[in-house]
Amino acid sequence: MKKALVNLEHISKSYDGQLILDDLNLYIRENEFLTLLGPSGCGKTTTLRILGGFETPDAGKVYFDGVDITHLQPNKRQLNTVFQKYALFTHMNIAENIAFGLKIKNKSKAYIDDKIKYALKLVNLDGYEKRMPDSLSGGQQQRIAIARAIVNEPKLLLLDEPLGALDLKLRQDMQYELIRLKNELGITFIYVTHDQEEALTMSDTIVVMNQGYIQQIGTPEMIYNEPENAFVADFIGESNIISATMIQDRLVEILGTKFACVDEGFGNNTPVDVVIRPEDVELVDLADANAKYIIEGTVTHVIFKGVHYEMEVMANGFEWLVHSTGMFPVGTKVGIHVDPFNIQIMNKPESEDEEAVGVNE
Amino acid sequence: MNKKLLSAPFLFWSGLFIIVPLLMVFYYGLTDKTGAFTFENIAAISSPEHLKALWEAVKLSVLSTIICLILAYPLAMILCKSGSNKTSFMVLIFILPMWMNFLLRTFAWLTLLEKTGVINTLLKLVGLPTLNIINTPGAIVLGMVYNFLPFMVLPIYNVLIKIDKNVINAARDLGANPFQTFMKITLPLSVPGIISGITMVFVPALTTFIISTILGGSKILLIGNVIEQEFTQTGNWHLGSGLSIVLMMFIIFNMVISAVTDKDGEAQAL
Repeated sequence: MKKALVNLEHISKSYDGQLILDDLNLYIRENEFLTLLGPSGCGKTTTLRILGGFETPDAGKVYFDGVDITHLQPNKRQLNTVFQKYALFTHMNIAENIAFGLKIKNKSKAYIDDKIKYALKLVNLDGYEKRMPDSLSGGQQQRIAIARAIVNEPKLLLLDEPLGALDLKLRQDMQYELIRLKNELGITFIYVTHDQEEALTMSDTIVVMNQGYIQQIGTPEMIYNEPENAFVADFIGESNIISATMIQDRLVEILGTKFACVDEGFGNNTPVDVVIRPEDVELVDLADANAKYIIEGTVTHVIFKGVHYEMEVMANGFEWLVHSTGMFPVGTKVGIHVDPFNIQIMNKPESEDEEAVGVNE
Repeated sequence: MNKKLLSAPFLFWSGLFIIVPLLMVFYYGLTDKTGAFTFENIAAISSPEHLKALWEAVKLSVLSTIICLILAYPLAMILCKSGSNKTSFMVLIFILPMWMNFLLRTFAWLTLLEKTGVINTLLKLVGLPTLNIINTPGAIVLGMVYNFLPFMVLPIYNVLIKIDKNVINAARDLGANPFQTFMKITLPLSVPGIISGITMVFVPALTTFIISTILGGSKILLIGNVIEQEFTQTGNWHLGSGLSIVLMMFIIFNMVISAVTDKDGEAQAL
């Protein structure tokens, strides 16, 4: 395991009496692509601003490479930030923008010129030295903002929703470009976004945040396949989240019907939440004599989504969300089957409060 | 058609009160008493007394503009940094004196600065030597700065408030200390506001004759006073108009320079 580059210990921060971060603990490993993911107001941007030095936490410490940098000025930190909406210097041309940090550090002209060339090549904007920021498209401006940051050879690059202002196609292209950049540069990225798809595509590690608390830390696969609570399940992709009872190990009662599952150790007759992804709900034709299914239901909605059909099936008093390449017309009686390993069991939130928070998002 | 009708009152107004007087100024300025065409009134600016008055006016208004700029810039920065409630209160404090009549404000300074005025009476009371400010260039500069300071603060405030906080943060992030950030980012980005402010203070300061009359006594003649006297005392409208044209050209030259640099149109925004 690589060593931790950044350590956040017991960070708390509030504005005007409103708690934004509550005792946040997080470490980021060297060369990791870590994403802070959550809805607006979850504290992800505040966390990034504390790392950048634009906010000071009310309590707690920030360690960078083992050194306490909690109260260090932003210009003294060995990291750089790519800001939301680019924040380019509009009175300077592209070369001057990129050279800004290097000139402050009194680097030689030859070194700076070299770096500008290298950075522009890296972001595929060769020959843009003399252009002004206003004459560039949003995507190009964003790439200049990245170039401006990376020429300083930071150990850590902070990215604050850098793709938020771009359109869908460009955003997807830029996602691949960011992954390529990270691999070429070999530096640590901390990326803030509210877009779960972006987080799943790019990250090594995702930190799901809500209301100032970390909800789950894990790889994209872990976050998607094994969400720890209803909030994470709901925020990461679409899902069926159903209140259920764990009868015993490997058996859960969902909506009055017993389903086989693979989870153990929840105890007997324990109330739990189960999450079943829409693509894991299999629909079968009742007319088929060999069909294997657990419960019966009726199709109530069908929408064609391109890659798949999105259907809603009423069964045992619950509208099951189903994604499937096969289509059953509205009104059809169908059988529902779920494989045991596709049923994800989660502990119920401890207080009523937390439950309300989680499900209302 | 409708839009043209709507602009009719404005066209009538500007025709009657701007174009016609302007033409009259040009007519008087370019003719002599017999009505014959002449450049003499324009050339009169080169006489030593007129040059001295112009020089005096340029000197004092440049000085006032510089003082206004030095006072206004930090003030505008403070206004930008303070919270929204505080800001509106501070802006109000600045605007408040402007609601009072210009003459009244200037006469108030006369009452304060006079030899037997409020300030000197107070100084005498505590046994300090009295000040001799009234009827000096210093009093005129004081009056100009006091009256025109808001015209410098507001355009600078307007550009500063529009600078994205993240642009400042980006400069800090890239290693610039607060002073470097100010010199390389904040100051260059606020140039349009500075130019608007300079124009809006320099032009009225250059042409004023009221401030110099009230606070400068009759000792200091600015070009504004000379022109005023040609109209009201000597009755030589031809010479007064000629000098006005010279002053107008001087100002237009100034405006053209600022219009070229002021792309955002901060001056028009006020």
